[in-house]
Amino acid sequence: MRGGPGFWSRTASEALRRFGPLLALAIMCLALSLLSEHFLTVDNLLNVFRQSAVNALLALGQLVVIITAGIDLSVGSILGLSCVLAAMALKAGASPAAGLLVALGTGAALGAVNGVLFTKLKLPHPFIPTLGMMNVARGLALVMTGGFPISELPGGFRYWGAGTVAGVPAPVLVVVGFCLLFHVFLTRTTPGRDLYAIGGNRQAALLCGVPVDGRLILAYALSGLMAGAGAVVLAGRMNSGFPLAGAGAELDSIAAVIIGGASFFGGVGTVLGTLVGALIMGVLRNGLNLLNVSAYWQTVVIGAVIVAAVWVDVVRQRAAGSRS
Amino acid sequence: MTPLLEMQGIRKRFGGVTALEDVSFEVRPGEVHALVGENGAGKSTLMNIASGVLAPDAGRILWDGAAVSGLSPRTAQQMGIGFVHQELALVPQLSAGENIFLGRHPCAGRARCWVRWERIHEQARRLLEELGRPLDPRRAVGELSVGEQQLVEIARALAFQARLVIMDEPTAALSEHEAARLFEAVGRLKQRGVSVIYITHRLKEVYQVADRVTVLRDGRRVATAAAGELPPETLVRHMVGRAAKEQFAGGRSAAGAEEMLRVEGFSARGRFEGVSFAVRRGEIVGLAGLVGAGRTELLEALFGAAPHEAGRVWIEGRPAEIRSPRDAIRAGMALIPDDRKSKGLFAAAPLKWNVVLASERGFRIRAERERQKTQRLIGELRLRTTGPEEPVMRLSGGNQQKVVLARWLLAEAKVFLFDEPTRGIDVGAKAEIYEIIRRLAARGAAVVLVSSELEEVLNLADRVLVMHRGRIAGELLREQASEEAVMRLATGGVQ
Repeated sequence: MRGGPGFWSRTASEALRRFGPLLALAIMCLALSLLSEHFLTVDNLLNVFRQSAVNALLALGQLVVIITAGIDLSVGSILGLSCVLAAMALKAGASPAAGLLVALGTGAALGAVNGVLFTKLKLPHPFIPTLGMMNVARGLALVMTGGFPISELPGGFRYWGAGTVAGVPAPVLVVVGFCLLFHVFLTRTTPGRDLYAIGGNRQAALLCGVPVDGRLILAYALSGLMAGAGAVVLAGRMNSGFPLAGAGAELDSIAAVIIGGASFFGGVGTVLGTLVGALIMGVLRNGLNLLNVSAYWQTVVIGAVIVAAVWVDVVRQRAAGSRS
Repeated sequence: MTPLLEMQGIRKRFGGVTALEDVSFEVRPGEVHALVGENGAGKSTLMNIASGVLAPDAGRILWDGAAVSGLSPRTAQQMGIGFVHQELALVPQLSAGENIFLGRHPCAGRARCWVRWERIHEQARRLLEELGRPLDPRRAVGELSVGEQQLVEIARALAFQARLVIMDEPTAALSEHEAARLFEAVGRLKQRGVSVIYITHRLKEVYQVADRVTVLRDGRRVATAAAGELPPETLVRHMVGRAAKEQFAGGRSAAGAEEMLRVEGFSARGRFEGVSFAVRRGEIVGLAGLVGAGRTELLEALFGAAPHEAGRVWIEGRPAEIRSPRDAIRAGMALIPDDRKSKGLFAAAPLKWNVVLASERGFRIRAERERQKTQRLIGELRLRTTGPEEPVMRLSGGNQQKVVLARWLLAEAKVFLFDEPTRGIDVGAKAEIYEIIRRLAARGAAVVLVSSELEEVLNLADRVLVMHRGRIAGELLREQASEEAVMRLATGGVQ
């Protein structure tokens, strides 16, 4: 029964979707290791991971939102405001743990506000509230600091961005930890599954008794929380609360999710894919640096990769559709 | 005389379902040709092929005696085929005139970039007048009545120099007065020498407008004849066939005494008004009425998916406060919505998860238990699938409907609200759905059944409530319920 005529090609297409980004990453790494002797070294690879950490964290939050067929444009700005508030708290004498809570709490709270605005004010699309939040949060970060960075943070706080555990950078461990949490949440719990249901068909989810508004607020709060986590890592690494931190990061996080095989139309997306998507962007930047390609050209290449990744997915889906 | 359109030996399959098999069909110049058949008989598929929306798997199409191949909606339009769809394809924000000339505004200037509004509105006014409807072409289409919008669509076909206009159940949402005006417009088309294919469910209309009639059943052509030579009884027999009688064979459900659902004074302005009824254990209550009578709106409001302003509900004698589908599900209700794709299914998700989503609400997903439950229901409902992991979009319409049903069986619902349960389902699967509905009732559930297929309501229901303009116009017991009695109430007549 299972071995019908379309079965193997279907399985192949399924495998391509699940492992396509991973395959692309592997090919890139192989090519770069041939082109540059510096690429395949422990130091360089750890460097790639460290540089991809903030984007990976934001992308995890963005993934949750994109699964519901939404989008969160505010994560970069929320990261900036969380950075600033945590730094101010630390300067005012808060303990490193309290600073951490301030950053995470700010992120989650502002994310929840996005969700409430979207669901309760019945705004037509999450683009609107998160675009508003993007401006409001950035503006507040600038207002509170007068535009100047707050530098020299206590060592205990900086640990998450700059420390290492047995030679492994702490940000990498943070990313791995959140990836595991999000993976379990999305695949093993009903609230996680509800998010896929909402993205797949919001009306049907409502009619199945899914508390749609509550779940959406949760999704945006998680996205904000990850912006707060990104703020902790970034502030630690830069040793400052910088009001312009994370500017433009929302687009990188969206790119990582999409390159990682999630669908803009919702209902589809995995943690592994998103992590790979963030790494593809990191490896690409790192590799182009090693090959002495200017930063300006790097931007061009990354733009092309985003479009190509989605185009490959569209072609794959069309092929799958014509078979069934 | 060469037929204007000739279709020969058309075959079309969707997955495993045969929609059309060896169908031949012709339309002569200037004739009104009615195309009749039950839902799912293949009328729409045939017309979608004629208008280039679908490509046939086999068969030939001739236009004016010349074979055409690779027909697309655009080439069909250029050839002179206009299609007035059931869901009107107009832009509500634009004026009637703009809609009529959409895509080919008469333009001036070297670059043809200046829109000549006075010309558009003048020509539009003339076209609408020709159809017997003086109408200001500057008015936004969204402000017009459904009947007026339909005339705008017909005028658009004429503006494209259409020689053949296909109308898909044009009177489904019209009042009797508006329908009369539409027939007048059809008459005027005929005078101009334009051919019309008129798809309908309503037999009376066949005799009112058509010169000839073709009957489709289960994807095959069963008859073509002059309307005058085909008495209504014969026409019905052709449409329904012998199989239909067997479709409904089976024991009667015995309604108990206990009231499972009671609704009193249910109202929502502009949608339904003062609706009260009760359904007993084991009873199937049909809810009949024309499209737009408020039936779907009523079911969705009862289920908490749409707001209501007044009214109370009791389930098993206990008052139920239903503000959301969650409340409704907790109270033991289930809604099988009219549109599976947009309201019922998660098309890309595996069957398993479509089935368990409403009932498995604990925090942790219990994969093994879900798989077992799904497997059990696949057997119980004879769902044809490769297994619990198959995405539901690969299933046939009938099996998809069973997936929705399985969901509510798992949720142990006691009151089932069915909205058009057999829409878009082939005949074999229909009989299975009927059987499931009967079995539900026999097991003690209460069933409310909304269907536009009168035959379905009359054969399944113990009682029929007829809605007209958002109110319950009357109640018919099984013995009193006939197609005529229901239609009289549904169109505003008295009992």
